[in-house]
Amino acid sequence: MNTSRRQFLKSASAAALLPMPAIAQSAGPKVVVIGGGFAGASAARFIKKANPAINVTLVEANPTFTACPFSNGVIAGLRPLRAQQFNYEKIADAGVSLAFQTATEVDAQGRSVTLRNGTKLPYDRLVMAPGIDLRWDGLPGYTERDADIMPHAWKAGEQTLLLRSQLESMADGGTVIISAPANPFRCPPGPYERASLIAHYLTTNKPKSKVIILDAKDSFSKQRLFQNAWAQLYPDHIEWVSLSKGGKVNSVDAATKTLKTDFGEHKADVANIIPPQRAAAIAQTAGVADRSGWCPIDPVTFESKLVPNIHVVGDAGIMGGMPKSAFSANAQAKVCATAVTTLLAGRTPVEPRLINTCYSLVAPDYGITVAGVYKPNNGLLTDIEGAGGVSPIDAPRENRALEAQFAEGWFKTITGEVFG
Amino acid sequence: MNATRIIVAAAVILASGSAVHAADAPPGAASCSGCHAASPNVQTPVPPLNGRPAAEIVSRMTAFKSGERKGTIMDRIAKGFSDEETRAIAAWYEQQK
Repeated sequence: MNTSRRQFLKSASAAALLPMPAIAQSAGPKVVVIGGGFAGASAARFIKKANPAINVTLVEANPTFTACPFSNGVIAGLRPLRAQQFNYEKIADAGVSLAFQTATEVDAQGRSVTLRNGTKLPYDRLVMAPGIDLRWDGLPGYTERDADIMPHAWKAGEQTLLLRSQLESMADGGTVIISAPANPFRCPPGPYERASLIAHYLTTNKPKSKVIILDAKDSFSKQRLFQNAWAQLYPDHIEWVSLSKGGKVNSVDAATKTLKTDFGEHKADVANIIPPQRAAAIAQTAGVADRSGWCPIDPVTFESKLVPNIHVVGDAGIMGGMPKSAFSANAQAKVCATAVTTLLAGRTPVEPRLINTCYSLVAPDYGITVAGVYKPNNGLLTDIEGAGGVSPIDAPRENRALEAQFAEGWFKTITGEVFG
Repeated sequence: MNATRIIVAAAVILASGSAVHAADAPPGAASCSGCHAASPNVQTPVPPLNGRPAAEIVSRMTAFKSGERKGTIMDRIAKGFSDEETRAIAAWYEQQK
């Protein structure tokens, strides 16, 4: 990176918009990417890589990215938050312009994005990867302010540290309650990995304590694998209450850390509320989200089914069989990047195949996975039959240890590809 | 690298110049680098694919698919690709640096 660019980056929060040096601006097509997570940062980088003549601007509010995958390890005291944090220097080095700003408006007719500071960014194609918003209207009694008392920790960062510190201050014998939402939501196995790693912390540090999962569902991702492992590792430390057993939380009271279900009230010492979610607000503003709150897309190009010239990748999208995972987001972004550059060149993208791989840790040396291979079918990304699925239920413990090692390798690999 | 591979690589470079690396990945190939690091600087037990002989990738994938070779996860993923798709992906990775 040259000195002027480095200085631009250093003054990023003040300057907000980092224009490329004038010399690098070409008359090439303009692509704007909204959102610098796994999906958006991958899309920006791979579009620039596929065709350096394209002017790519990545719009992201926060100059530091804090990754959600592995953040349950931070909550359990297994790794520091800084191991989750990445910056955008290498992406800038690759020739992507960075605007550390919030996108406030999208003019789909005039093809421009307006930033909070008033800057207008024109585009030929827009890639939206805004991620999720927590629905503050989704669970009675749970407002944004209540998250200071009952953290969601579903966006990594301060919330992750808050939940960690609450677990550390809890007396032995305490009850940790996790409220898990109905589908769809970000990281389907996440609540259960979290319960597992919290139980790991409790068994070693506060053995008289326990974790209760109050669930708005009757089944969940990798369920048999988790339950099998819990029976082995945490028989007295995890209790899962399904929807049909009265697990759905209808309302909460932050002042008393009480969670109410149809069947009664649960008083928590530490309450982790994972509320219902939808595509982030800018997706609703741009008109790419439907009444479900999520964004329907064409499974070949990831172009919105509602608004032309806007593509959607990552957690905000309706991705058929693909779960809202970082692996999926990255895989979708790379296919979308090829589609965008192909379309800008006036050609037709070929039908893609995509993979998802999703690791969960039940303990530091106990990993399990779900994988899938997907293709477009009837306008949706659909599981290819006979492929994918979860780790074998009867796999020996050595395999669980291997999968835990591969999980660590995966995190290094994907964060290296996107931010390194 | 043996002589044949040098000649093949040189021919590809001559034929398409700097466009070699920008060539679109065949269907499915883009996903692999989520686990198989494109950069040699990443410390992971997962083997790299870039520059690996296509025949070797194809034979591994075929063995994973048939169940002859046990994997933690590749046996499940290999089943999602036809022989033709696997060959295209392998040929593309052989050309990547």
